[in-house]
Amino acid sequence: MIKKFIFSACILVLLISAEFLLSRWINAYHYQLLLNIGINAILAVSLNLLNGFTGQFSLGHAGFMAIGAYASAAITYYGGPLLEPWLGTALLARLILFIFALLWAMGLAGLAGLLVGIPTLRLRGDYLAVATLGFGEIIRVVILNLDFVGGARGFSVLVEHELRSLAIIMGFLVLTVIVIGRIVYSPYGYGFRAIHNDELAANVLGIHTTRLKTSAFVISAVFAGLAGFLFAHSQGYVHTNSFTFLKSFEIVAMVILGGMGSITGSILAATLLTLLPEWLRGLPEAVRQFGEFRMVIYALLLIVLMRFRPQGLLGFREWNWDSITQGIRMIKRIGVKT
Amino acid sequence: MQEFFQQIINGLALGSIYALIALGYTMVYGILKMINFAHGDLYMLSAITGYYAAHALHVHEQSSTFGFISVFLISVAVSTLAGLLIERIAYRPLRQAPRLSLLITAIGISLFLEFGGQVVFGPDPKLFPPLIQVATLWQWGGLVITNIQILILAVTGLLLLCLWWTIHHTRMGKAMRAVAFNLDAAQLMGIHPDRIIAFTFAVGSALAGAAGILVGISIPKIEPLMGIMPGLKAFVAAVLGGIGNITGAVVGGLFIGLAETLIVGYTVSTYRDAIAFIILILILLIRPTGLLGSGEREKV
Repeated sequence: MIKKFIFSACILVLLISAEFLLSRWINAYHYQLLLNIGINAILAVSLNLLNGFTGQFSLGHAGFMAIGAYASAAITYYGGPLLEPWLGTALLARLILFIFALLWAMGLAGLAGLLVGIPTLRLRGDYLAVATLGFGEIIRVVILNLDFVGGARGFSVLVEHELRSLAIIMGFLVLTVIVIGRIVYSPYGYGFRAIHNDELAANVLGIHTTRLKTSAFVISAVFAGLAGFLFAHSQGYVHTNSFTFLKSFEIVAMVILGGMGSITGSILAATLLTLLPEWLRGLPEAVRQFGEFRMVIYALLLIVLMRFRPQGLLGFREWNWDSITQGIRMIKRIGVKT
Repeated sequence: MQEFFQQIINGLALGSIYALIALGYTMVYGILKMINFAHGDLYMLSAITGYYAAHALHVHEQSSTFGFISVFLISVAVSTLAGLLIERIAYRPLRQAPRLSLLITAIGISLFLEFGGQVVFGPDPKLFPPLIQVATLWQWGGLVITNIQILILAVTGLLLLCLWWTIHHTRMGKAMRAVAFNLDAAQLMGIHPDRIIAFTFAVGSALAGAAGILVGISIPKIEPLMGIMPGLKAFVAAVLGGIGNITGAVVGGLFIGLAETLIVGYTVSTYRDAIAFIILILILLIRPTGLLGSGEREKV
């Protein structure tokens, strides 16, 4: 108990000091990159629960993110002026508003996850992929036609409600990892992996596959909603063009690269793939000026991975200190023998 | 009433494009049980090839029958080759792999063609050369039928006839049906599955290539991402008609084309791209085997 408390206190101190140090030491561009990494990692980890651990290949994650982003942006945009007479604009008032917006975003995204998850229960493989892609696009088109959240003009969050803080985003990433890690590595969570391995056998063993599949959809949508909230409030502006199925493909590429069934792998891959387009800036002008070159790299990555390493970088394993010390011990042992 | 008939004609022309693409999806699914996500991009590839071919042959300024036919043949040939190449390089090594790997590879190929296309062709839309001058063939009051619409319907009909004949009256077609029915048994009867699968990809890609040129002459704005939406809608058409079913793909394509044109014509146009997906979800919920499909439902 004490150990856990010390551990979480350490994380908190680390985050706050990182926030203070980094926001002074590095420039806005690198700061923005770190924010993007945090948000993408949350998306990848949450999608991994659905696509990786449960094996329900979904291509609609950007849709849930869009719901979270727009729902929370609408709350802070319309709720802020509404609450002002009572609470003022003090820090506490903003905090209450943020918490409310966050819960609303996660709740609404979760509800959408339920609404998508139930009808697609009987679908598998390719059909599920296309149906979820369809749902994602429907969500996007519907938002595009809602005038009170800006429609095709995009939607701005009020400036005083911007939340550009690395500590907060990384804190939520830690929270996501802890919650999803706790779920998938619990006895309850082994059900998800059982569904991945063989749905029929899991069913026969008494695992309630219907309930688990639906809950995988809901949980992953809830965290996509969280990522949407963070995205909207760190950017200050949302547009439906940020949530096309290309965004979904991007998240899927992260999950696949990291390993379908590895949380740490997803974080690693999200970091790599977020930094990739920035590295590409070093390419000659002639290549870069045409469209989104990073998508070509993603595409090649998917093809090559499936051909030579379909389990991704980490596969079903998690990266941890134990495995490293084990590796060192093994090398030592081999060294002694020879 | 006139407007209604006009919408019907426009819908049929659009629907026959979807039908041509849907045939490729349905044939490949029938044999390999996979959705070839890259199929819609072959249609884009063909339109872009047509653009370059017309410029290379110097037929892009004036419309001529020779120009149209030669560009058509070149584009169809290129997309056929591309389809064969994709099958050989990307899909064949994964024949024994889990179906998810195949699906992810297909998505990868699709993204590669789209964004690789952007690198080569540029992301901005370009104007497809007017190989055929738009002319009004018939006009009753406000009802207009252009030569291009007739051409689309005629070419589609002709290709469908060829396809039907190939499948039902040639040895290759017989082998295709055998492989679709049961791949292992077909192999035991001395059929080379790889050869049949390659042939299926070639035929499907050729049809998508034809669709690309037909779209190029009727909606002359082409760009590397133009294949995504028609590809997805054609897939919906294939599912609607019953995937694996040739007639179903044609019926589904025409249905989607008509539904889209009519709904957009009479209500808001911003929902255009959501219509096909709504149809898809309804079909998967109500009748997953499609209108004409008879296959068993996937069940636990």
